[in-house]
Amino acid sequence: MQKQTQSQVQGSAPEDAPNYFNEMFENGTVRPPYAGIEAWAADMPHELRAMKQSEAEALFRRIGITFAVYGEGGDPDRLIPFDMFPRIFSAAEWRKLDRGVKQRARALNAFINDVYGRGEIVKAGKIPARLVYQNEAYEKAVVGFRPPRGVYSHVVGVDLVRTGPGQFYVLEDNCRTPSGVSYMLENREIMMRMFPDLFQANRIAPVENYPQLLKRTFESVAPEKCDGDPTVAILTPGHFNSAYYEHSFLADMMGVELVEGQDLFVEGDFCWMRTTEGPKKVDVIYRRIDDAFIDPLCFRPDSMLGVPGLMNAYRSGGVTIASAPGAGVADDKAVYTFVPEMVRFYLGEEPILENVPTWQCAKADDLKYVLENLGELVVKEVHGSGGYGMLVGPKSTKDQIEIFRSKIVERPDNYIAQPTLALSTVPTFVEEGVAPRHVDLRPYCLVGEQIELVPGGLTRVALTEGSLVVNSSQGGGVKDTWVMAD
Amino acid sequence: MLSRTAENLFWIGRYLERAETQARLLEVGTRNALIPNTSGGYRNEWESVLQASGTHSAFQEKYGDAVARNVESHLFFDADNPSSVASCLDQARENGRIVRTALTSQVWDALNSGTAELRQMRRTERSKLSTSDLIDWTIRQTSLVRGAIDGTQLRIDGFDFLNIGAWLERADATARLLDVKYFVLLPQAEFVGSGLDNYQWRTILRAMSAHRAFNWAYGGEVTPAKIADFLILNRKSPRSLITCAEEVCWHLDRLARGYGRTTEAQTEARSLVARLSEIGVEEIFDIGLHEFLTGAIRDANKLSMTISDVYLSGEMR
Repeated sequence: MQKQTQSQVQGSAPEDAPNYFNEMFENGTVRPPYAGIEAWAADMPHELRAMKQSEAEALFRRIGITFAVYGEGGDPDRLIPFDMFPRIFSAAEWRKLDRGVKQRARALNAFINDVYGRGEIVKAGKIPARLVYQNEAYEKAVVGFRPPRGVYSHVVGVDLVRTGPGQFYVLEDNCRTPSGVSYMLENREIMMRMFPDLFQANRIAPVENYPQLLKRTFESVAPEKCDGDPTVAILTPGHFNSAYYEHSFLADMMGVELVEGQDLFVEGDFCWMRTTEGPKKVDVIYRRIDDAFIDPLCFRPDSMLGVPGLMNAYRSGGVTIASAPGAGVADDKAVYTFVPEMVRFYLGEEPILENVPTWQCAKADDLKYVLENLGELVVKEVHGSGGYGMLVGPKSTKDQIEIFRSKIVERPDNYIAQPTLALSTVPTFVEEGVAPRHVDLRPYCLVGEQIELVPGGLTRVALTEGSLVVNSSQGGGVKDTWVMAD
Repeated sequence: MLSRTAENLFWIGRYLERAETQARLLEVGTRNALIPNTSGGYRNEWESVLQASGTHSAFQEKYGDAVARNVESHLFFDADNPSSVASCLDQARENGRIVRTALTSQVWDALNSGTAELRQMRRTERSKLSTSDLIDWTIRQTSLVRGAIDGTQLRIDGFDFLNIGAWLERADATARLLDVKYFVLLPQAEFVGSGLDNYQWRTILRAMSAHRAFNWAYGGEVTPAKIADFLILNRKSPRSLITCAEEVCWHLDRLARGYGRTTEAQTEARSLVARLSEIGVEEIFDIGLHEFLTGAIRDANKLSMTISDVYLSGEMR
């Protein structure tokens, strides 16, 4: 048996390693949350690890959990690499995240309600009117409409990174339809199946009730005209979508129908699905398609994915759409800067989670600073996602930086910049053994009659040594995320 | 159940049976090709196999001559042939993925493992894959999925749609496989009743995994009338047209009970069963085997269309 010493577990430290917070090892000792798995990781023989790794892959493949990257071609059934080394939070650490994420979700929903209503925050001068009302995601079709319980964003995905023991930053908010929760659930399933002993020896808070909470959340926002038990359905763009697995997984776990646009039609004030027994009314639609495609009569007329007339049924209280059309106004990268202000303005509280300091290239002073320091900054498109259209200064060549410079100069308001954060690392199984790799975290906050956060989330890990980009489309993997019970 | 879900389940049933039929056709062709070709006085067996598979013209365009290896590629691997084993199994799996929530994990596993093994086979050198291995693999694979369906699916409407698709396709397949006999022999009447004739009849039984069952059910000499009776009118045969029709009827009745409503589909299925119950094998030969089988294929298609109109379009009010 190959017994690994601690330094092997920690990985041969790259020269810049001391700058990064390692979530398992601090000053040569194991931090408490990881105490329960130290021996497990150190004692695992290489052969067993390889065996378990291929077992995990076979399991993922069997359940069909795959991820297709748009535009890259190749294998449409590609797996996101799964790393067996868990990422662990103590109960106390999680309590802070729990309060911080919920606080943020409440403030974001209050903001969306406000900007489609009286716009108090704009009147108070806390956020520039231009950022709200000229925003591409600002949906004129829902101005003045208040969705059930005033909830616009029913599932808020808050992307977090960590730079120190108590230091967390929010990287961005996802108020529309954050994906990846199926990985949170499946990663846990697979870890429990492969390493039951670990779960007996450690008290790990369960995440498996997420689908039930999600369903309850949707039922709690049934439309005004719904009497009796609401019928929930998930609206998917179809099986060619890269997140289709997740859509069908959630439908299955919640016990609701997975519908495509062609399965639905609007008649009278209601939305119906076509079934083998004739039309059946749908009360709450968890849509996993973009606003622009929801209703060809209201938005993009060429949309084949949506349902003609759905927005009319929605606005007349016949059906609830979750997340509500227009929710995206709160989650672009320029509005993000103002979320701490929203927390203070609507909740009268101090933000528990900090934003990453952000420079708005639209502001002359900020732009000047950004252009002078491109080599040290991360620059992102305001509306970009998935790790595309961004520049990681310290990891880029001179040419790449210059190309980006001209893009920014051309359209400064399309970009924001942030310092390159010293993302924390978690030990990760790599070819040579175990080595630290950078991670982020996306917990999924549910907002309905109540506000819920399951203790866990999706930990993404940059598998390439030194890389800070965790997106699965760019070589990222996933880990099971544990929260230790008290 | 969503109409689209029902439609996908219906087609999973059909695609699985169709994959199996292609493998069985390949078996018929391979066995027939083992008969010494004495005078060249009868038609190429492979051509008749292709005609029974309904893909003859597409094959000619792509490959030209019907030689064993080409037919094997065409019937097993060819992605351009929508009826090839690989196309059918991939399509069944894709339909399964679309309605993943309506399938048990065992059924999904079975569908999924088939696609994975196919992917492996496509990468394997062809010389390492014998035709009989391909045939056996296909029948094993479809049996695996069918077993998972029977053993684990809830007995709700989805189960009925899976089965209706499968039984309709099987009726179609039995009629087509039997029709191979017509293509092989009818134009050359002098072979009827000869040793060659018997050999080819037996091949058809074998291709339906039915040669032993046949002996058990009838005994004695193999005659065209007995085989036609076994594959068309005998309720003990799992592939006979009447068995298929009765199974479709049974599943449609379950749907009608579950939904509390009878439709044209039930009426049509019942009259199909009635027609098959009343006809005798002599009458079939009087009509002409080919003519009768063509009619049977047409009836199955018509019923399929009615079921589609009633249940799969979502138009029922």
